[in-house]
Amino acid sequence: MGVATETQITHARRLWLYVYCGLVMFFLIAPSLIVIPMSFSDAAYLEFPPREWSLRWYENYFGSIEWRDATVVSLKVAVMTCLVATPIGTAAAYGLHVAGFRIAPTIQTVLLMPLMVPIILIGIGVFYLYARLGLNYSITGLVLAHTVLAIPFVVITVGSGLKTYDMNQERVARSLGASRLRAFLTITLPQIRFSVIAGSLFAFITSLDEVIVALFVSGGENATLTRRMFNALRDQIDPTIAAISTCLIIVSVLMLVAVQVFGRGRNA
Amino acid sequence: MSAIVEARASIPRENARGLEADARRERISMFSLCTPSLLVVALIVFLPVGWLFWLSFFDPAGQPTLENYARMFDSRAYIKTFTMTFKVSFMVTGVCVLIGYPLAYLISQLPARAAGVCMVFVILPFWTSLLVRTYAWLVLLQRKGIINGWLIDLGIIDEPLRLVHNFTGTVIGMIHILLPFLVLPLYAAMKSIDRDYLKAASNLGASPVRAFWQIFFPLSLPGLFAGVVLVFVLCLGFYVTPALLGGGKVHMWAMRIESSVNLYANWGAASALGVVLLVVTLVLLWGLNRLFGLDRVYSGR
Repeated sequence: MGVATETQITHARRLWLYVYCGLVMFFLIAPSLIVIPMSFSDAAYLEFPPREWSLRWYENYFGSIEWRDATVVSLKVAVMTCLVATPIGTAAAYGLHVAGFRIAPTIQTVLLMPLMVPIILIGIGVFYLYARLGLNYSITGLVLAHTVLAIPFVVITVGSGLKTYDMNQERVARSLGASRLRAFLTITLPQIRFSVIAGSLFAFITSLDEVIVALFVSGGENATLTRRMFNALRDQIDPTIAAISTCLIIVSVLMLVAVQVFGRGRNA
Repeated sequence: MSAIVEARASIPRENARGLEADARRERISMFSLCTPSLLVVALIVFLPVGWLFWLSFFDPAGQPTLENYARMFDSRAYIKTFTMTFKVSFMVTGVCVLIGYPLAYLISQLPARAAGVCMVFVILPFWTSLLVRTYAWLVLLQRKGIINGWLIDLGIIDEPLRLVHNFTGTVIGMIHILLPFLVLPLYAAMKSIDRDYLKAASNLGASPVRAFWQIFFPLSLPGLFAGVVLVFVLCLGFYVTPALLGGGKVHMWAMRIESSVNLYANWGAASALGVVLLVVTLVLLWGLNRLFGLDRVYSGR
């Protein structure tokens, strides 16, 4: 039994499968990993492995007012998106979970729409709408659009957290005289907090990494980091972007670790 | 809720009426919790998309016309765009299946710890910015990039290959970005397959290969279908990667929408293209949802 797998094939006989999958995993992870050492290269064009090490591309990044401004805009928008999308998404997930009304599945579908509608269509639609509302190139407009893109992730994550929560606990609190809001805040929320945190991290990263809507509706002094990166990449391969990319990868890894830590034991 | 229903049987009618009113009030207050989200989604998605739908029936001069839709059938440039889009989409989806299925299969059989480690390889790229990964491929595939360097060092080629700013680069980049969308639902489906079926098959004398094809593979099909539809749909509307890795040679649907707006300011044309893209996407996703449930597909991210 020791050498055979569940499928009655020995490990040795399906060595090819392990090698093949190893290559696929290498393909998945290598591009992100290779950018990191290259960002510390001293050369003006990107080489791997770098011959000389330096921090010049990081100095370039943090020293440039344009890149710094864009980073600040992106972070600001991401934090605000997270602060707006998390409460309203959580409220919607709670409402959908508790109510069980007939149109709940329809509402759920409507709230998941931003995931299904091609993002390019949302991009030009929002651009057209904002032109009438005077919201193009504004932080408010960007936050609003990113909130909509983030809502599905919050609704799904919090919804799956609520599924494993026993709602009777909240009923007990209410029968003992707690108001609905108080029962939610003191009994339910602490128990689904990991899903809520995971949902808010999804919202943050969705906004931070979003490109297409930002291409259309951000600009001027409120251009996001992704917009500037996209435009820079169209012209040439600037090694500064390797430094920025490394920073973004680190943020992604931190977020992923946070979600894993908070969501341990559940598939959030 | 069920407690209310049970209680209802044994109480006088006026109490029942009171409870009914309570239940209604409860439904309304729960619905009102959804309204902020519904309102912003309506404002940012439904209103503009509806507006674009309306615009798609007008020409740039503001006259009503069906020209924007007719053009999709007779304009050579449009037909070229569609052909390219579907060519890229089929290619990317096909390769994703070929490399994603074995990976999902292996991970689904590993012990929990090892599977967790392998899933990091799938989920980490998923969490990494699309732009960062596209940039990484730009660097890797360029003329003096690592891949060409390796191939020359290994003596496989003498001259650097043109790997980027063309079809090849676009497809490689898109496969890399979309592969997790195939592996995650597929893995979830495979994980839920009862292993006892396979044991029963081998008990009954099936060879491992036969057990795989007759038992495991058919049971994994819903997950595979979910992944395929998801990847295909995302391909159809993909913008960033073809725009950066295609070097202007790979003109896809979303890029035609963008250029109709930014280059030609032809909102009618852009809207019509967007509406058709939306319809195709929603029809495919609707089929998927009937089979699998969309929230389960996305719960990986």
